[in-house]
Amino acid sequence: MSAVERIPILKIGDVLLASIQVDLQDRDVLALQEDLAEKITATGAHGVILDISAVDIVDSFIGRMFATIASTSRLFDAHTVVVGMRPAVAITLVELGLTLGEVRTALDLEKGLAILAELGERAPR
Amino acid sequence: MTGREDIPIAADEDVVRVRQVVRSFAQRAKLSLVDQTKLVTAASELARNTLTYGGGGAAVVELLGEGRRQGVRASFQDTGPGIPDTALALTDGWTSGRGMGLGLSGARRLVDEFELDTEVGRGTTVTVVKWSR
Amino acid sequence: MTIETGRSDNLADLLRTGAAALTARWVELAAAPLRGRLSPAELERELSELYGALLSGVDSGARDVAAEPYAELRGQLADLSRRRARAGFTPSETAIAVFALKQALFEFVDRDDAQGGLREVVVFSQLLDALGLQTFETYAKAREEVIDEQAEQLLELTTPVVKLWDGVLAVPLVGTLDSARTQVVMEKLLEALVTTGAAHAIIDITGVLAVDTQVAQHLLKTVMAARLMGAECTISGIRPHIAQTIVALGIEFGDITTKSSLADALRHALRRSGVDVVTADRRG
Repeated sequence: MSAVERIPILKIGDVLLASIQVDLQDRDVLALQEDLAEKITATGAHGVILDISAVDIVDSFIGRMFATIASTSRLFDAHTVVVGMRPAVAITLVELGLTLGEVRTALDLEKGLAILAELGERAPR
Repeated sequence: MTGREDIPIAADEDVVRVRQVVRSFAQRAKLSLVDQTKLVTAASELARNTLTYGGGGAAVVELLGEGRRQGVRASFQDTGPGIPDTALALTDGWTSGRGMGLGLSGARRLVDEFELDTEVGRGTTVTVVKWSR
Repeated sequence: MTIETGRSDNLADLLRTGAAALTARWVELAAAPLRGRLSPAELERELSELYGALLSGVDSGARDVAAEPYAELRGQLADLSRRRARAGFTPSETAIAVFALKQALFEFVDRDDAQGGLREVVVFSQLLDALGLQTFETYAKAREEVIDEQAEQLLELTTPVVKLWDGVLAVPLVGTLDSARTQVVMEKLLEALVTTGAAHAIIDITGVLAVDTQVAQHLLKTVMAARLMGAECTISGIRPHIAQTIVALGIEFGDITTKSSLADALRHALRRSGVDVVTADRRG
């Protein structure tokens, strides 16, 4: 059994950034979900960005993780943006019939940060 | 590299291994990037089913050639409890475990050919084929 | 090939006396490899016509198919070949219409006048026919591959993704959309979103003559895929009759933004990205 791959979570201002660079096993997915929830409560971050530009497939399990992370972070008043989804992945998800719930998406990191900034302004805390 | 590879599915990391093998076969069959992604995603769903519901099993990945067309066949076998109601199992949103209930029905939409062979108490075999365009 | 045997009358007589039996057997033999893809009545009509034209050619004494007496036969064969090609038959399945008569004739002659040597010639002749067909089949296939490649290149050329504004891309679609073409275009558009970082895309179908269910579904899926990637996609230029088709097909466009013209779609995209288009006041 290989060890759980822990995906590093970076903090930029009040945004948490997790960049997924490896082929995810289901337990890595679950670990990331837990780590992010912990980090949001610890830092009071108002936004989460999941960078999946290096991810070449998203199946229903990984897709559900995005939705779960988004709804969990909403409980802590944080928004989640998934950035960098590849075209082939997007086409496949549509065909699979998967919707991402409350997840916002953006083409790249910069646009993702802009969305979070805008959401932050609209709901001042 | 041969035209066939058998991969045991007994743990989480085997699902990742299945994805990698299917990807390399899809590239050899010259599937487009989108078709590769669809097939790998379907394989990932089915391999997870084999592990979660079938209690483990094996995947067989094969390269197919038919005239100018090339394709990949992936077959997922387990000796688990089987599926009592296949029509229900193929319905969107139906789930008996983790996932979003899109495993079987979603996988079927991602491939060109889909075959489900199951018997309660004996096990389940799902075979999918994707052809190059 | 020209063969002057000087026994033309014999052959013509043979064809004339055996007409009914030969045609019947010919139709039977020619039908087998087509496996019911052509109705027996139609095949019989085609071959009877050919038989008549062949007989008048043979009757003239000429044995050169390029000669004048065979003009009608050549014309009929050309028509038949074209029909077969359009209907998707292979070269072998097409040529069998001609070769089958040889078999019928051999059987006919054999019955009347059995000679040991003839049988072997017949067998060998059939073998050669099959070999000839094989080379032809391979040749045709190779040509088709070339044509396919060219069609693919043409597809790349005829479906450009253009930049209308900073952050706004458009694909003007023209002509008849089939499922394969739509898929290629849509993948190209999504790729372009990534490479240019444009958050708006417009699919303009003003120049599209018709859409079917599959094409409409592809358009919808592209809009949804673009949305998953974080881009907004507008469909513009839906002609009234296409709109009717979409409704009649029961396809839900749901919350997808549609605009009547490319200009409207561009204005919408600009407004969404915070650009306002105003007429400059030239008087002041």
